[in-house]
Amino acid sequence: MSTRPEHPENSADTPVTSSSGEVSRLPRDPLVRAEAISKVFDVSAPWLNRMIERRPRQLLRAVDSVSLDIGVGETLGLVGESGCGKSTVGRLLVELEQPSEGRISFPGEAYAENRPGNTHRARGRLQMIFQNPYASLNPRWKAFDIVGEPIRVHRLIEDPGLIRKRVVALLEGVGLSAADADKYPHQFSGGQRQRVSIARALASEPTLLVCDEPTSALDVSAQAQVLNLLRRVQREHELTCLFISHDLAVVRHVSDRVGVMYLGRIVELASVRQLFASPRHPYTRMLLDAVPDLEMRGVPRTGVPGEVPDPLATPGGCAFHPRCPYANLRCRSEKPALLPLQVVGKEMVASAASVACHAVHERRIG
Amino acid sequence: MIQRHHAALLEVRNLRVQLESRRVTLTAVDDISFDIAAGEILGVVGESGAGKSMTGSAIIGLLEPPGRITGGQILLNGRRIDNLSADEKRRIRGREISAIFQDPLTSLDPLYSVGRQLCETIQTHLGFTSAQARRRAIELLSATGIPGADVRVDHFPHQFSGGMRQRAVIALAMAGQPKLIIADEPTSALDVSIQAQIITLLKRLCREHGTAILLITHDMGVIAEAADRVAVMYAGRLVELGPVRDVVRQPQHPYTQGLMASVPSLVGERDGLKQIDGSMPGLDAIPSGCPFHPRCGRAVAVCRQHRPGLLAAGPAAAACWLHEPKLAAAFAAPSRGAGPVA
Repeated sequence: MSTRPEHPENSADTPVTSSSGEVSRLPRDPLVRAEAISKVFDVSAPWLNRMIERRPRQLLRAVDSVSLDIGVGETLGLVGESGCGKSTVGRLLVELEQPSEGRISFPGEAYAENRPGNTHRARGRLQMIFQNPYASLNPRWKAFDIVGEPIRVHRLIEDPGLIRKRVVALLEGVGLSAADADKYPHQFSGGQRQRVSIARALASEPTLLVCDEPTSALDVSAQAQVLNLLRRVQREHELTCLFISHDLAVVRHVSDRVGVMYLGRIVELASVRQLFASPRHPYTRMLLDAVPDLEMRGVPRTGVPGEVPDPLATPGGCAFHPRCPYANLRCRSEKPALLPLQVVGKEMVASAASVACHAVHERRIG
Repeated sequence: MIQRHHAALLEVRNLRVQLESRRVTLTAVDDISFDIAAGEILGVVGESGAGKSMTGSAIIGLLEPPGRITGGQILLNGRRIDNLSADEKRRIRGREISAIFQDPLTSLDPLYSVGRQLCETIQTHLGFTSAQARRRAIELLSATGIPGADVRVDHFPHQFSGGMRQRAVIALAMAGQPKLIIADEPTSALDVSIQAQIITLLKRLCREHGTAILLITHDMGVIAEAADRVAVMYAGRLVELGPVRDVVRQPQHPYTQGLMASVPSLVGERDGLKQIDGSMPGLDAIPSGCPFHPRCGRAVAVCRQHRPGLLAAGPAAAACWLHEPKLAAAFAAPSRGAGPVA
């Protein structure tokens, strides 16, 4: 299906997700690497108000030195509550935003293509699927125009007849029919619209697909359809995915590895199996306890009191310490770094969990 | 546990809500019946467009035109409330039945302090003096778990966080000491940790004050945790009604079975969610017979022609011909069940 050439140095030892969906334990070559990226937004009041009220500028650190690798063909899940910066990380990776600090690179690609603001997005190699299928599709365009636009913009196919053929193939690949090409977005249900979004994202043959809460606006039955479709598409096209969601169960379902974010920082990064079987960071444990699970009926939720603090006034030290039952003096003063629990050689091992918590590294909690 | 021999607080009998326009009449809620006992939490679950919110609005008398009750009865403590005048309905609202909606910002007036909005409700319904009302407002806010209620009472909605706002809305709903609260997606706009806190709060208030709650949500997890009984809706009809434990663990209607299987879980199998193909029909294209038959793996001829009523199915009731003993032979043939789709 894909006409894109393989990365020569990757093809030999790139682990392919097996048919059972289980992660291969071999280390993967990273497709994209984020090194200590931060994003600071200026949310100050207008200049005149600041002068009159004598208030300083206000800066919001939405993403605070996040480092991560996503291996070729891997799906990295990113979970957290609203305002934790997970969507901003996604937007940084597809170059919708430029990082304030740090850098994002694509190690498999030539140097010339690694300059910031370069042609990745223009060539359609980076694609994104958004949360709201009602807002992300132009209501005046037919599905054919929506899905065909990336093909025309990137001049992947010039012949109009062939474009039509390609669009129909893409629509059929996401479970729609050729007749749907001439429908407008309002004629589709929410789940079908999200299928159109997926077809549009696939049209330019991306290498990295960022899915930002792609099923949050959908009903459960449509959600199941779209999640199954995304998994199939990811396997067929050997896509590298960043899957952003607030729903732990959804992330568990599609990801190979999962990062948990809290107030702009990754607090835990582990394989999906490890994260859900033995969560280490107190925040991850709290999130997992808070999920109403159909199987856990009768077990009272051990809800941790409190809420996510105002991101403009993040607590010093570990940002989670005001809500953490294990916090001590060190947690209040010193920011914990994201460190692997056991370092296995120098290479990033898929099964090694990293945690940013003093209590875990001091073995105060198991 | 709910003592089912108690007389029902709210009875809904054969309720039908229709939307009339010049050309067509669409049936949004079609002949549904259920009741709620005092202190009970009845969950209403279904996908968007299933008619859950319409049912809630019909009960509280807030149907928006062109929506209109065109059949059936709604009884509160044995008294009909569906045919009251607008004035009488207004007196019931807030006092006997109140509501909590999904987005707390739209339920609170941004121009008045939270305390002033609470006092207004308290004084309207309970006839308190303003000093009494203020004291009561502070009590309500602290009962819903807002720290520093005596200070927060003078704050405006924008000074509250999302979770705190929803607590304030719950305080507002409790202000008139109603017997029934219609909670329409009360936790859907909240983060999961706040959601847990709000559900715990609703359950506690329900227990302490004997308030019944009609909990409308699309989230099976919320229902499983909070509700005593659950009603499952599909295309305007009630397809299953029963104790939450039974409906969640052993759903009897093929739609509920499909719905339960398509919820991603934190435990168990990770490969391929079970999915129901297709989508719920629009109100203008509801199929004949059982509305679920085009998507049902077990549908037979009778399902296409005749609409099933609620039939006893173990401890629950399901609107499915599978549970009609006389039709057992028709379903005996091997079925093509919906398998996992990877």
